[in-house]
Amino acid sequence: MSEKKKTSGAPQMLGAKKQGMTDTNLLLVITIVVFFAMYLFAIVFLGEGFLKTQSFLDMLGTSGGLIITACGMSLVMITGGIDISVGGVVGLVTMCCAVNLDQSGGNIVTSMLIALGIGLAFGLVQGYLVAYLDIQPFIVTLAGMFFARGMTTIIHANPFNVQHEAFTEFRTTTVEIPGAGYVAEKTGKYIPAQVEVGVLVALLIVIILFCFLRWTKTGRNFYAVGGNKQSALMLGINVKRTKFLSHVICSVLAGIGGYIYFMHVGAGSPQNATGMEMDAIASSIIGGTMLSGGVGNIIGTLFGVLSLGTIQKIVGSAGLDDAWWTGITVAAMLCIFLVIQSIVIARKKKALK
Amino acid sequence: MKEKAVLEMKNIHKSFPGVRALQAVDFTLCEGEVHALMGENGAGKSTLIKVLTGVYSKDEGEIYLKGHEKAVAIRSPQDAQNLGISTVYQEITLCPNLSVAENMFIGRTKGMGVNWKSMNKMADEILTSLDIPAKSTQQLASCSIAVQQMVAIARAVDMDCKVLILDEPTSSLDEQEVAKLFKLMRDLKSRGVGIVFVKHFLDQVYEICDKITVLRDGQLVGEYEIENLPRVQLVSKMLGKDFDDTSEIKDDSLTYKGEDASEKIFEAESLRSNAGIKPFDFYIKKGEVNGFTGLLGSGRSESVRAIFGADRVVGGTVKKNGKEVKIKKPIDAMKQGIAYLPEDRKRDGIVGDLSVRENIVLALQVLQGFFKPFSKKAQYEFADEYIKLLDIKTASADTPIKSLSGGNQQKVILARWLLTHPEYLILDEPTRGIDIGTKVEIQKLVLKLASEGMSVTFISSETDEMLRTCSRLIVMRDRKVVGEISGDDMNQTKIMSTIAGGGRDDAE
Repeated sequence: MSEKKKTSGAPQMLGAKKQGMTDTNLLLVITIVVFFAMYLFAIVFLGEGFLKTQSFLDMLGTSGGLIITACGMSLVMITGGIDISVGGVVGLVTMCCAVNLDQSGGNIVTSMLIALGIGLAFGLVQGYLVAYLDIQPFIVTLAGMFFARGMTTIIHANPFNVQHEAFTEFRTTTVEIPGAGYVAEKTGKYIPAQVEVGVLVALLIVIILFCFLRWTKTGRNFYAVGGNKQSALMLGINVKRTKFLSHVICSVLAGIGGYIYFMHVGAGSPQNATGMEMDAIASSIIGGTMLSGGVGNIIGTLFGVLSLGTIQKIVGSAGLDDAWWTGITVAAMLCIFLVIQSIVIARKKKALK
Repeated sequence: MKEKAVLEMKNIHKSFPGVRALQAVDFTLCEGEVHALMGENGAGKSTLIKVLTGVYSKDEGEIYLKGHEKAVAIRSPQDAQNLGISTVYQEITLCPNLSVAENMFIGRTKGMGVNWKSMNKMADEILTSLDIPAKSTQQLASCSIAVQQMVAIARAVDMDCKVLILDEPTSSLDEQEVAKLFKLMRDLKSRGVGIVFVKHFLDQVYEICDKITVLRDGQLVGEYEIENLPRVQLVSKMLGKDFDDTSEIKDDSLTYKGEDASEKIFEAESLRSNAGIKPFDFYIKKGEVNGFTGLLGSGRSESVRAIFGADRVVGGTVKKNGKEVKIKKPIDAMKQGIAYLPEDRKRDGIVGDLSVRENIVLALQVLQGFFKPFSKKAQYEFADEYIKLLDIKTASADTPIKSLSGGNQQKVILARWLLTHPEYLILDEPTRGIDIGTKVEIQKLVLKLASEGMSVTFISSETDEMLRTCSRLIVMRDRKVVGEISGDDMNQTKIMSTIAGGGRDDAE
């Protein structure tokens, strides 16, 4: 802090406190606080159901695929781009894997490779178009979305459940969390808390990406490119490669997320993951990633997804089970978040003057 | 390659559609020298620098660096950095969302990872050694523009560069900071770094530089030792005019007195806006040129913005020819025949993507209303008339304005307002950041307009310019009008003492 600023009066001291925090961290704190406030609200007003560890773990299980996909989305958004093809990619992955397992005689390994391959292919093509041919990411990924949705139906038009035995066993495998279970009152038996494998994968990816963005040069370049593309170029950063990489990672994560989603639902369907790209964008924004680029945090995105999940649960518990209630609540939530974010950022800027 | 030379550019050519920006330009930089690159706007300084830093690719020519046998290929800013060429640009080219330390080190550290602890420590050391008031962990956006500029310089300095390019680095720095920068430059010079310095202020060039290379219209005029090139000659070389020519312009300007102005055309009483200036009285006579002077931030711009209604007026009255008029918004002012050329050309003036023609017609179109558009033919007539009148250098009337040089953009904005035939023209820093030739042209134009009966308010940071053009100066200090100078009192010393604090008693 400069000497000049220190000498100024009390109102600026408040600003000085906030100054120490970067925009990214500030938004992250807001997200986490709001999430816990919301969860507490749910526990107090909607009953003990929210207190059970298992119910929280179930929510995680439902969100596993979305967590991974949303992380990829955040990455692209941090560089100032957007990828609306991820929902389509997830849908395509589920269908291809389902067909591979049940009709083409594939096994778990081949289906995983297919998921990764689809993600990688989308990432390479879209990344190339966006970064090297300088086409608007929105347009490129819009085309990608239509293509993925179309391909899904071509591969198989009707929804079906996967019967493959090894896979069914694999997907229903759960991991016990030690010490998190509870003793049932009636029978006196210990019921362990269980979590799907996919959740662990998702959390692992969150941690890896967090470290990647925080402690690697490539990760910091993402922020630089999102902050100011022209400046990043002048600072000697390979802007095109950075953008390309962000799209590749995002699509590969959509592939992995698609597989986790597939493990959760256990079915291939053209209706799978409809609107997931929007959920991913919403989670990122709630998590403090800004559409304008340069600001965002993967941990925030995780909490963004959890917030979305919590909203859905709250709406469900309140007896408003229809889909539109969720939609309306999410919309309201997004509005509130964006307003809070812009107020906080604006106040911070004001405090500087 | 010459001995001691760290950089040699030979026979550089570069063309853009419709413009030959550089033709056969040579440039040599020696170890431990500060070399000024001078020229008017559009002379090719920026292009030459951008070729050197890999932002533009050259059409022809070679670049040699010390320690490299063959000509080097610079294809990107990264290449330039790796070759030891660092640049500090006029606009801040850092990332506002990153921390100060990151901005200093991003894109140039080895290895895959980021070690925050050692990076912050190194950054703090450099910041302290250069006496820059910033903390390594601070977000860059929370620093003042001057500090951001110095962080950019710190980055360049730390890069162990052989060639340091400073492109208008002092625009946003105050005197103390400039002194600090110069100290830094001398320090680097003694370490054998070659420094390229691009700057419009002659004072600064003569204070710090050893050699001058002059460019004009994309061609090399020559390279000179600074002691062999008096200022007047430098100016005449930049303008491509003989010495006599330039002195004639000055004489011409000095003859203006503006005594015959009689009736007050606009009059304001205790005018106050929400921009935080003290209420002030103001008047301007027909055919008069007056000026607001004062230090930066003294409220010069805010005053004229209040007159034009660009800031919200919260008190006071404005009279035109003795009758009270209401000016709430710029459009009200325009309807009363006031035109305002704003200070920040890029933000408030030009519409970058529109053509020169569209930019010129804009204000008149607003006055007429958008439902009565001018025909294409009329638009071209207007545009061509003013392009000729103001000698605007543009490929055609349809060229996007953003591809013009700064001085020519300013002329287009001027043309926009002249087209509305205002009775009262306010020019807020019309000559900032443009070359000497255009400056003189604009000053002459102002005087010509005044002699035709237009009233003009002229604001400039350069007192010379104000003295030459204005017949009455309103002096401001701390957002308050503190004095008025006219007639025989109009000289540097009087202005300085009034600004510094003689107060009202002195001035009246």
